[in-house]
Amino acid sequence: MFSWMNKRRSKETLKDRLELVLAYDRAQIPPGKVDALRNDLLEVVKRYFPAGNSSVEVEQRGDQVVLSASISLEEGPGGTEGTRREG
Amino acid sequence: MNAKVIVVTSGKGGVGKTTTTANIGAALAKLGEKVVVIDVDVGLRNLDVVMGLESRVVFDLVDVLEGKCRLSQAVIRDKRVESLYLLPASQTRDKDALDPEVFKGVVRQLIEEEGFTRVLIDSPAGIESGFKTAAAPAEGALVVVNPEVSSVRDADRIIGLLEAQQIREIRLVINRLRPKMVASGNMLSEADVLEILGVKPIGIVPEDDGILVSTNVGEPAVLGKSVAGQAFMDTARRIKGEDVPYPKLEQDRGFMAALRRLFGGA
Repeated sequence: MFSWMNKRRSKETLKDRLELVLAYDRAQIPPGKVDALRNDLLEVVKRYFPAGNSSVEVEQRGDQVVLSASISLEEGPGGTEGTRREG
Repeated sequence: MNAKVIVVTSGKGGVGKTTTTANIGAALAKLGEKVVVIDVDVGLRNLDVVMGLESRVVFDLVDVLEGKCRLSQAVIRDKRVESLYLLPASQTRDKDALDPEVFKGVVRQLIEEEGFTRVLIDSPAGIESGFKTAAAPAEGALVVVNPEVSSVRDADRIIGLLEAQQIREIRLVINRLRPKMVASGNMLSEADVLEILGVKPIGIVPEDDGILVSTNVGEPAVLGKSVAGQAFMDTARRIKGEDVPYPKLEQDRGFMAALRRLFGGA
């Protein structure tokens, strides 16, 4: 019932897409390069921790464009919690 | 806007730069300013035809820059609106014929010697030399944007370039807005565009068949009675510093729309 109500309005999709693409444009980084960065970053982190999933994103925060990385650490014997680094 | 010299630009082509220049120029002249609109799109001039002044072009901007004629010989007076003038672009040369420094000198001369109170510069599309020359003398900018993906992206780029050129007064003209699509959530609203670009609108112009009709006959819409013409007139008043409220745009009516609103969809 009312399935059209749950349908995401195309404007919202466009806003999300524009926010992302403008963040990359403003930072002058091609989005594909961020994928490569994520893989490199993960590789380095894995040398020290058993790391699991990661996401690296460029996003707009107020006036600043920030690179944010979120890397979850796989639970070891000590039960390591996920951690988040930004910079 | 305090800026006497305003560049009308957009990055993307086809969003309505020339129409905006012609209409805001004519509107400012109707409001009593002495206005010159300059076409900098060398090789692809169109401001002359949009304004219906094409048959009166003798000399052009490049002739002035190269000293082939006096500035006053190249400037065409619009006979319908007092104190509205056009400086056309050259149609036969390419944009390398324009030197930004020489162009700045011409604009200075228009204000200091010819007594113009406002200079509107119609920029070519793109971000290359043509745009840079057009923006060189500008103190303010009108960025024309359509509420769709490529126009908004290009506008963001242009805004960055204008800011880098120390142009402080930057305002948006949101053109070709379709109120029904905004109401149904399928087009960015003026608030969305402001949120994304971080630049204040000074004009919101709805999509209007009247614009095509006005360009067909070469008469700026602000001289007629169309909705878009009124929106351009309001924009000109805001440029002059008047506090003109935005009229409520036509709403999406009908049963389904009402239902959607009721259930928080619209």
